[in-house]
Amino acid sequence: MSVLIFIDTAEGHIKKSTLEVLSYGSKIAEQTGSAAEAVVLGSVKDDLTALGKYGVKKIHHAASDAFSHFDAQVYTKAIADVAIATGAKVIVFSNNINGKAIAPRLSARLKAGLVAGAVALPDISSSFTVKKNVFSGKAFANVTVNTDVKIISLSPNAYQVVTGEGTAEVVAANITAAPGKVTVTSTTKASGEIVLTEAEIVVSAGRGMKGPENWGMIEDLAKTLHAATACSRPVADAHWRPHNEHVGQTGFAIAPNLYIAIGISGAIQHLAGVNRSKVIVVINKDPEAPFFKAADYGIVGDAFEVVPKLNEAIKKLKGTT
Amino acid sequence: MKILVCISKTPDTTAKIAFTDNNTKFDPNGVQWIINPYDEWYSLVRTIELKEADASTVIHLVTVGGADTEPIIRKALALGGDEAVRVNADSSDSFYIASQIAEVAKQGAYDLIFTGKETIDYNGSSIGGMLAELLDMPYISYATKFELTGSKATVTREIEGGEEVNEVELPLVVSTQKGMAEARIPNMRGIMAARTKPLKVVEPVAADTLTAVAAFGLPPAKAGVKLVDAENAEELVRLLHEEAKAI
Repeated sequence: MSVLIFIDTAEGHIKKSTLEVLSYGSKIAEQTGSAAEAVVLGSVKDDLTALGKYGVKKIHHAASDAFSHFDAQVYTKAIADVAIATGAKVIVFSNNINGKAIAPRLSARLKAGLVAGAVALPDISSSFTVKKNVFSGKAFANVTVNTDVKIISLSPNAYQVVTGEGTAEVVAANITAAPGKVTVTSTTKASGEIVLTEAEIVVSAGRGMKGPENWGMIEDLAKTLHAATACSRPVADAHWRPHNEHVGQTGFAIAPNLYIAIGISGAIQHLAGVNRSKVIVVINKDPEAPFFKAADYGIVGDAFEVVPKLNEAIKKLKGTT
Repeated sequence: MKILVCISKTPDTTAKIAFTDNNTKFDPNGVQWIINPYDEWYSLVRTIELKEADASTVIHLVTVGGADTEPIIRKALALGGDEAVRVNADSSDSFYIASQIAEVAKQGAYDLIFTGKETIDYNGSSIGGMLAELLDMPYISYATKFELTGSKATVTREIEGGEEVNEVELPLVVSTQKGMAEARIPNMRGIMAARTKPLKVVEPVAADTLTAVAAFGLPPAKAGVKLVDAENAEELVRLLHEEAKAI
């Protein structure tokens, strides 16, 4: 019996969300008195043994080139094979892009109940119940899994990474890759930038910025905070900013530790994408902007004056002036 | 080309969320129902565009729900589906729902199945992946673009911080999101035509329920916004650093 955690990589590097699921899955192993094991597919450039400090004891590595690009069907079969071989009772994914593609497939393949988008550890006192967000963050549900094998996909930024001591044993996973049907013809990636869905701090701006030429101060503030930049829907629709920055109902749903909304009124569709942020700061010159009702901190004022001052104040705090 | 589009009924985005029966059921009182936005704006509209490009394309819609789902499926037909199937069942378990749709899909022998990236009620993002596994088809999720060349699909999918272009032979399951197509509204001709389009009701097949909602809840209300003077950015920084510990 074990808890099996999926290690997700991009270009051979371990994703930040993986550290969260390793910590989370190891805690479940501790709760249930079982061993924390992990599976990783494809070649990896980072040191896998070092992942032991997040609590995982054993890592099953299938390095075959067949896993060099992502194909949900191929990955699912491989993970299912490892899960069966290790007798995994709980299988943990990040509820990120790849997790959302694999976890449901695996659920159907193993007939194992899935809680997608968990935000807390399971309650195992009487049944196996996991809390998740529903209604786009406006409510939560405690979902009971009725099957012997359980699958959980953990919302990014919902569980704090826990770092301890230890090294993980890495073993070759004895699995054969199924032939894949999907080929990747090209990949475009904004390199060096902070990934919006994984960012701990997000600086976001809306129509209140009046035009794309005024985004310099937003980018400066983001840089000072090591934050990702985001925008509201009207801004993306007007092509002031790229669509991959759009957060809200139809864009990305994010849950950073800190979300700073500048010149965004806070329509319910926007809130649906950001209301899981731990701390929300709103800067808007309209005191009636609905966003203030959802905010923890606010400044009623002109972004063009407030943002540069805020940037200076943060630089002062960080001692980088 | 035969395409199956999965349609889900969800509360309107602005609906007030409340629960009844000791917090075990969603309270539908006063709620306006809509087609799940991703199913409508991206899945359905993109398939309509495919049919506009190739008139031999057949679009079938499927929904799993009670009779109260019919206004939603009629609206989807008014936008442009050819016919619809409603599986007369209700469940909060994705595997049960996916099993019902898989049965419809098997009988229809579809080349392509579209789902929205998630529903805005349960936010599970699970049906597409489960369907693909049940049907042993490849699955491309979070697609932002979809093109067909004969039986080969070229699909752009989102990855963290970028995009990836995939090529795959049909049949295929795709989950769609923003970028796929622009939202449309049904016109009068479509609404009239939808009244007479076939809407078949079938009973569910036996399928397992793997999960159950034990209880719903609402997040604790925010304590209220703490306003800081516009001249005093230092104070905001102090609060974020010392009180919220966010920077």
